[in-house]
Amino acid sequence: MRRARRDGGVPLPLLVPAVLGIAFLVLPLLGLVVRAPWSSIGPQLAQQEVGSALRLSLFSASLATVLSLLLGVPIAWVLARSRIRGRSVLRALVTVPLVLPPVVGGVALFLAIGRTGILGRPLYEHLGVTIPFTTTAVVVAETFVAMPFLVISVEGALRAADARFEDAAATLGADRWTTFRRVTLPLVAPGVAAGAVLCWARALGEFGATITFAGNFPGTTQTMPLAVYLALQRDPEAAIVLSLVLLAVSLGTLLLLRDRWLSRSTVG
Amino acid sequence: MRPLLALGAALALAGCGGTASSGGGRTGTLTVFAAASLTDVFGELGDRLEADNPDLDVRFNFAGSSALATQLTQGAPADVFASANDEQMTVVTDAGLQAADPAVFTENVLEIAVPKGNPGRVTGLADFADPDLALAVCAADVPCGAAAQAVFADAGVTAVPDTEEEDVKAALTKVQLGEVDAALVYATDVQGAGSDVEGIPFPEAEREVNDYPICTLAAAPNPAAAQAFVDLVLSDAGRRALAAAGFRTP
Repeated sequence: MRRARRDGGVPLPLLVPAVLGIAFLVLPLLGLVVRAPWSSIGPQLAQQEVGSALRLSLFSASLATVLSLLLGVPIAWVLARSRIRGRSVLRALVTVPLVLPPVVGGVALFLAIGRTGILGRPLYEHLGVTIPFTTTAVVVAETFVAMPFLVISVEGALRAADARFEDAAATLGADRWTTFRRVTLPLVAPGVAAGAVLCWARALGEFGATITFAGNFPGTTQTMPLAVYLALQRDPEAAIVLSLVLLAVSLGTLLLLRDRWLSRSTVG
Repeated sequence: MRPLLALGAALALAGCGGTASSGGGRTGTLTVFAAASLTDVFGELGDRLEADNPDLDVRFNFAGSSALATQLTQGAPADVFASANDEQMTVVTDAGLQAADPAVFTENVLEIAVPKGNPGRVTGLADFADPDLALAVCAADVPCGAAAQAVFADAGVTAVPDTEEEDVKAALTKVQLGEVDAALVYATDVQGAGSDVEGIPFPEAEREVNDYPICTLAAAPNPAAAQAFVDLVLSDAGRRALAAAGFRTP
């Protein structure tokens, strides 16, 4: 086994489907690159709306990831480590946004925190606060759709982590919060990082919940996926250019971060 | 399927019998690509055609006209295309996909849709310049948005929408949910929305009447059924169904 791995040899029953799978994933990407109108790419990118959509996308996806970390890591801990009742029901509820069509998620957000929603109506009537059609709504929609990805990743990492380190910390007198901070979190850091990347990527590509709950207005709520969709109505070539920009930026960011994390995790 | 067919038959009977062109004998599957605003009325006409032709299965792809035009130019197999404006029909005819010249079968005008009770006290087009109201229009890239821009320009109104929706149904949904005080949609959308939505017609809309062209497609897998459907839409029965849904006939 070990020799086979070192030689880099891949067993045929794994190699064939892997190659097919990679081709399946890469071919559509290749289609975009081939069909892109490279000669007009400069003027397309110079449009002011492209810059603002890209900035808004990066900003809102990053903020959604931070929010997901703050809320999602504790959820994952509760799901993996606590002994409260009904955890499986809780887990199913938390992962609902994964199976919910994002457009439905957007409608559900209206019903919760829209102007006439359960929480939204008192907010609007007493404080005059409205969330829909603002940049806040973009971040909310993206967090709603993307956070479950982080929760699932972190919960998996917590379950795989060796609980004996935590037991040892407890034996040495550390309380549960200290144990979480000093032992658990460093132990599952790669899982948290992977979850955050997944979450960020999902938030960056989010379309359905955003266009429903946040609407579409250039500069305020029009993220790159929305700009791509609307460009497709008018000029498919412009849509291809915008898609490639979004792809290049997201892949670039992920590769950059991955290098950082990899180098750190080899040290640690 | 049974009750549906029975309903279709009942409709056909109620509509003074089938038209000459839709009578009997069409078989196979008929695929119709139609603008989202035609969902209800075309569904009804499809049922009627199926009732007249028991061996025919009518399928619809309802979406924004621009999305449909893109799908057709990308080679989507369809028999009939009905667009909510001339521009998207031109996209298809420029690609040479039509079997015959498109015919305009109906017209639609814009109307202001407000939630039940009109909480924002909207009275006319000028309210779309009020920054204190939550307002939705369609994005300029889709037909209802292009019409909205033309109407605003005509009326000299500088609109301040909070959102530019990707299609007219999305704009209407925001009204139905009470999330916006007003949206600019088509008269037929207001008619089809039921009691949650109130319509406010405005005189400026008359200057921007939207044509709905329909045509059979050259690559139609079922040209006979395609022609039967287009004939039905253009027939008196078709006009009556369209009028009942709030459309105007040219």
